[in-house]
Amino acid sequence: MAKRIEVSGLNAYYGKTRAIEDISMTIEPRSVTAFIGPSGCGKSTFLRTLNRMHEVIPSARVEGKVLLDEVDLYGAGVDPVAVRRVIGMVFQRPNPFPTMSIYENVVAGLKLNGVRRKGQLDEIVEKSLRGANLWNEVKDRLGRPGAGLSGGQQQRLCIARAIAVEPQVLLMDEPCSALDPISTLAIEDLIANLKDQYTIVIVTHNMQQAARVSDRTAFFNLAGPGKPGRMVEIDETNKIFTNPGEKATEDYITGRFG
Amino acid sequence: MSAIDLSGPSAARKIKDKVALVLVCVAFALALIPLVTVLWTVVKNGLKRFDVEFFTHSMNAIGGRDAGGGAYHAIIGTIEQVGLASVIAIPIGVLTAVYLVEYGGGGRLARVVTFFVDVMTGVPSIVAGLFIFAFWLKLLGFEYMGFAGSMSLSILMMPTVVRAAEEMLKLVPNDLREASFALGVPRWRTICFVVLPTAFTGIITGVMLAVARVMGETAPLLVTVFVTTAINNDPFKGPQMSLPLFIWDQAQLPQQVAIDRAWTGALTLILFIMLLNLAARLIARLRKPVSR
Amino acid sequence: MTSETLEQGATGALGGKARKMSTGRLGDRLFGLSAKGSGIVLLAIMAAIAVFLIVKALPALQSDKANFITSQEWNPDASPARFGIAQLAFGTVLSSVLALIIATPIAIGIALFIAFYAPRRLADGLGYVVDLLAAVPSIVYGLWGLQFFVPKMNHVADFLHGHASWIPLFGGDAVGGRCLLTAGIVLAIMILPIISSISREIFLQVPRPNVEAALALGATRWEVIRMAVLPFGRSGMISASMLGLGRALGETIAVALVLGSAAGISLHILKPGGNTFAANIANTFGMAGPNGQSALIASGLVLFVITLLVNMAARAVVARRKEFV
Repeated sequence: MAKRIEVSGLNAYYGKTRAIEDISMTIEPRSVTAFIGPSGCGKSTFLRTLNRMHEVIPSARVEGKVLLDEVDLYGAGVDPVAVRRVIGMVFQRPNPFPTMSIYENVVAGLKLNGVRRKGQLDEIVEKSLRGANLWNEVKDRLGRPGAGLSGGQQQRLCIARAIAVEPQVLLMDEPCSALDPISTLAIEDLIANLKDQYTIVIVTHNMQQAARVSDRTAFFNLAGPGKPGRMVEIDETNKIFTNPGEKATEDYITGRFG
Repeated sequence: MSAIDLSGPSAARKIKDKVALVLVCVAFALALIPLVTVLWTVVKNGLKRFDVEFFTHSMNAIGGRDAGGGAYHAIIGTIEQVGLASVIAIPIGVLTAVYLVEYGGGGRLARVVTFFVDVMTGVPSIVAGLFIFAFWLKLLGFEYMGFAGSMSLSILMMPTVVRAAEEMLKLVPNDLREASFALGVPRWRTICFVVLPTAFTGIITGVMLAVARVMGETAPLLVTVFVTTAINNDPFKGPQMSLPLFIWDQAQLPQQVAIDRAWTGALTLILFIMLLNLAARLIARLRKPVSR
Repeated sequence: MTSETLEQGATGALGGKARKMSTGRLGDRLFGLSAKGSGIVLLAIMAAIAVFLIVKALPALQSDKANFITSQEWNPDASPARFGIAQLAFGTVLSSVLALIIATPIAIGIALFIAFYAPRRLADGLGYVVDLLAAVPSIVYGLWGLQFFVPKMNHVADFLHGHASWIPLFGGDAVGGRCLLTAGIVLAIMILPIISSISREIFLQVPRPNVEAALALGATRWEVIRMAVLPFGRSGMISASMLGLGRALGETIAVALVLGSAAGISLHILKPGGNTFAANIANTFGMAGPNGQSALIASGLVLFVITLLVNMAARAVVARRKEFV
């Protein structure tokens, strides 16, 4: 598990508008990479190009290469459905399926892939919920609706759902922005645990969070007013926050703008 | 580490996905078959008698076997009956909607009215006709007349008008009302001169769709207006004709000339309804830029 | 509510101008009363429908020498009068259920097609095309059914009878186009738009995050629909098809034109004939005597009650859904 992602010359469009421009970077396996930057600079759009979720928006398209261990995700013969199967995603707002129980939510992805045996499912549910630090809280009510949990629990349920299919990479799009501080802390602890097994990419608005959880940090910014977003630099988190290579990064993290 | 396979989900899943795609497209295509054949047969067969005589003559003294004749009396009847039905149903419908949105405030009466508007939507048209028959002809002793048909049609129109007007009134921003109240304008003037004009085009659209809907109703007229072959311009006296009744009457005759008349009647009726629908959509489109 | 108290407060504060305000008060009261009155008129009409149908049905019901519920005869103008609704109820329910069975899957397919498969730019136009089916009046469906569709169904009936008569539904001695199956199909066409437009509305309410969650798990388009769309829309689809059922039960003219006149209770849906409440009223009202009219009103009352129950059940399903979500 856990693969390296290499992005080169990636552009993403909404209709005729270019949202992000010419991004190239390498995302290391078994580590946490954080994307920071002001709102609307294309961090989330870029994240969604990594598992081909960008293109589900009508008229949205992508140019460039995303290599997952040498395989181009946008190459011919690659099915976006299969890409999303190996690259899991957690969204900004927790989105468990409202009509499904906690158990059903966790196994939703497994069932798609034909895992039906009860014993095996039970095992994976426990493992995933434990992996998401949720098992102890819900083990007695697996049959209850997932929507009945608190926001933080729901988000951990969504993480459990994403890791149940054992993806290579886990993308997180501002996973804590809708949560209270205590739930946020729980998720951050979880991310620290998960990085032993997964390649994790997290978009965050919160610079402290990026500093706390990530190994490497990429700073995104708009090329200029009305221009597409671009990546300014990517480096060790420590370096970005203490001694960034670019002036714009320094301005942003010291709070001079954004 | 093994290379990852990104060629897609298992064959079975792909097949299921394709089967669903095909089924869903087939469902849509299936719905087009009746639509296309109905329009095609109505236009093709209706054009045979789509002539001046059809629109200028009645069926007076013309037997089922005879060629010629027309639906002038039926067109007059339809316009009068639907017009009168609108005169009854629109004020009651719009005022009810005003009550529900502006006055009801979720009170008990408002909830009961809302519930029965829903119920009324489901009243079969023939039942509305039977009610008017029982009330107007049997109890009050009036004869068959166009106005009786209008009353039954108005019952069918009311819930549609209420629903449409209610939706539109709810779209009027509350700020507008409060701004008017803040100027000391009484509530009724606020409603008449601020709220209703804002929702006006939307209500008109809904009303026109309601009119189009009842224009094609046949069943209630059968038991309230009866049929006639002659021109009767007075909707308050004696049996009248209407386009749906004309089609019903002619369609059941065995002769081809009568069937042809029925087709032309159907073409005329559809043209009327489509025109109303188109006009309603046009008005709705005109409104859009204003509300957004 | 709040604006009312606000307004009253304003009136109170402007006590000095009370005289001027009072004209507004009077207008207000008149307008409010007429609005309220309209609502009450509407209720009164509904009550009157029930009352008058009952009152006018009673004489015939009292004259009936046969069992009104179970008798298959319809001779209300004979003496002694003998009539019952058994075959009418049978024909009505069977044709409507056939319509429902045919229309529901197709209508949901259409709704899915428009909401999830068709290009976004076309979606509205396609929805309008389906709505056009609802704009065609029932008399036109009747004429089309009688002149165009019944001859086609003659062949279909012969074919099914010849090749599939081992299925009891397609059995029987004689088959023809003017049968309950034809009526069911015509009714299905007529209720398609209502079911599909309500279903489509429900599908469009499916939360986008849930759709994205399914996509992100690696679901195909159909699997997204299975996981996130259909479970969410289930009660909505149920109530949509029940509203369609209500429409089919009360539909008159198209059925009256399409069905043959021979009646009777038979599960052979290709057998010519069959009758429904509404078609029976339309076909026999003109020739009925006073007692016959009264008997027809009685049958109309039964139809009214049945459609009322179906519609109320449909609304109840919707209401429950509102509480749930």
